[in-house]
Amino acid sequence: MKNSRRRFLQIAGVSALGLGAKPVLNAFALGGGKGYHVASGEDALTAEQWAMVIDTRKLQTAEAVEPIIEACNKIHNIPTAIDNKNHEVKWIWEDHYHHVFPDKTNKFLDEAVEHKPFLLLCNHCENPPCCRVCPTKATFKRESDGIVLMDFHRCIGCRFCMAACPFGARSFNFRDPRPFIEANNKEFPTRMKGVVEKCNFCAERLAIGKMPACVEASNGAIAFGDLYDEHSVVRELLKENYTIRRKQTLGTEPSVYYIV
Amino acid sequence: MKDKNMILAGLVVFIVVITFPFWFNMGKAAPAPELELTAKAKAAKTCVMPTAFMTAEHMQLLDVWRHNVVRSGERMFVNADGKLFDMSLSNTCLDCHSNKEKFCDRCHDYASVDPYCWDCHIDNPKGE
Repeated sequence: MKNSRRRFLQIAGVSALGLGAKPVLNAFALGGGKGYHVASGEDALTAEQWAMVIDTRKLQTAEAVEPIIEACNKIHNIPTAIDNKNHEVKWIWEDHYHHVFPDKTNKFLDEAVEHKPFLLLCNHCENPPCCRVCPTKATFKRESDGIVLMDFHRCIGCRFCMAACPFGARSFNFRDPRPFIEANNKEFPTRMKGVVEKCNFCAERLAIGKMPACVEASNGAIAFGDLYDEHSVVRELLKENYTIRRKQTLGTEPSVYYIV
Repeated sequence: MKDKNMILAGLVVFIVVITFPFWFNMGKAAPAPELELTAKAKAAKTCVMPTAFMTAEHMQLLDVWRHNVVRSGERMFVNADGKLFDMSLSNTCLDCHSNKEKFCDRCHDYASVDPYCWDCHIDNPKGE
């Protein structure tokens, strides 16, 4: 057989085709499945966008909000024994009106409002800036129910999300949190040094048909439901009450509403 | 070639030193670790998947679990026999295999791998 340029190119072409087809065939071969599949549980609660309405009229004192914060700290293994304020880790906490609604503060305010505690947590924004800045997609907005979640496995601790969050909802583990956990819930993982953490709207409880821990502990002061279901508890409350949200003008569309 | 002897002697020393780990450890290969099953794991007979699959591919399976639970919120695992499991390292895997030192660690040490699962996941949820 005489070697010619034409012949060489023909063989090279056919070989390239063969090599290119191999991975495709492999993929098809794998597609047959491994004999298992995964699904969401039958009891799982679902929504288009979970939202929360906090009725601050029912939470007038520090004693009233304490058990709510406590419930969250307990089940999520929050390291509450850290003394250094700069290293503090918090998922849900309380603060004064001035700090919570800095853009809605008048010089002279209703004293009752000024002095009552406001519960703060991650707002699970519809347009979350933290997710936009995360370089590893460790924090992401879950398509299925709008929860802004953390994948601690992927977090590299760069803290861009903390800088991006206008609500201070994120905490960084400057040290190994384990020695500082007071109430140990064995069913929930802890975190490690060097990751950011925040409220997860109790995604692990919603998955088994339970309401978030703070909602359960609030005796009806906190309502939780689907923002886009007209008949949800949350929508009913929003229909009947005047509500405000934190730093609404920033356009992040927080999903936590306050009845003042 | 006045230094021939010196060079040869040096070469011999070099070869002896460089091959030291090989002949020093000859015939002393560490035996494959023996895993101890807890009573609960023994009673269950089979894991979520057949043993051969679990031995070879538990890390890939755990990765599938992690991905689906964290990112899609799917927590239910249905194996080939149609049996249901909650996809949780602490609450499902380590509920049976509550003896991490005699089960997980033995192989991991032998294979010299150091997975950081237990930095966060609690290794013995029931404290047995």
